[in-house]
Amino acid sequence: MTGEVLAFWGLGLVLVGSALAVVLSKNLFHAVLWLALALTGTAGVFLQLDAEFLAAVQLLLYAGGIVTIVVFAIVVTERLVGERISQTSRRIGGGAVVAGALLATILNAISRRPLPATPPALPADLTRSVGDAVLTRFVMPFELLALLMLAALMSAIYFARPDD
Amino acid sequence: MGLQAYLTLAAVIFCIGLFGVMTRRNTIGILLGIELMLNAVNINLVAFARFSADVTGMVFTVFTICITVSEAALGLAIVILLFRTRRTVLADHLDLLKG
Repeated sequence: MTGEVLAFWGLGLVLVGSALAVVLSKNLFHAVLWLALALTGTAGVFLQLDAEFLAAVQLLLYAGGIVTIVVFAIVVTERLVGERISQTSRRIGGGAVVAGALLATILNAISRRPLPATPPALPADLTRSVGDAVLTRFVMPFELLALLMLAALMSAIYFARPDD
Repeated sequence: MGLQAYLTLAAVIFCIGLFGVMTRRNTIGILLGIELMLNAVNINLVAFARFSADVTGMVFTVFTICITVSEAALGLAIVILLFRTRRTVLADHLDLLKG
């Protein structure tokens, strides 16, 4: 039990710290690397919630895929050497006030609710249950998702096509 | 750990992402903030699914992860297109529609 609590606090500290570094880092390239750490930490949280399949998907798609394409976009739009990669933030005070107010509201709502303290017993092999649900009850959204991804990738190629 | 701990962690990350979206001037930085916010939502979905012993939340997490990847690919393609036509990715300079 103490190991679980320790792991949660460690993961939580890594997640919050790297998320803060993502939004505060001056160097955009460093911000992307911190985002990779945050996404990997989220995979750890998924593991702690017994969702091994989702942790693998998170690592493959997010930490692998998104970080790669963001790095490509930075390379295309900025010069990696020199001062141009540094970025500034504006209206930090107002942003902090709005984000803090939203956080206080959410935390207030969470603390008012009676929430379960211990997770219930798992039904069966969770990965197998997710696979069964995707291919039976949710097969229609699954196929629509395939269509959406095809459309998104084709339009991304269309937008970023070279000038002719 | 209880459900409350996971919800609190997700709320903190969501608000950090919101702060990034509101304060970043670079369009790619804004997209990074959006990624953080969606990530926090995924933590919430998985936590609720685990604590109600129902796989529906996890199936929806698979869907949201795929949609987020599509969004990132499309958003970055738009950023590259903007850079090619306007030579800037700073959100303040993209004021073509401003009256």
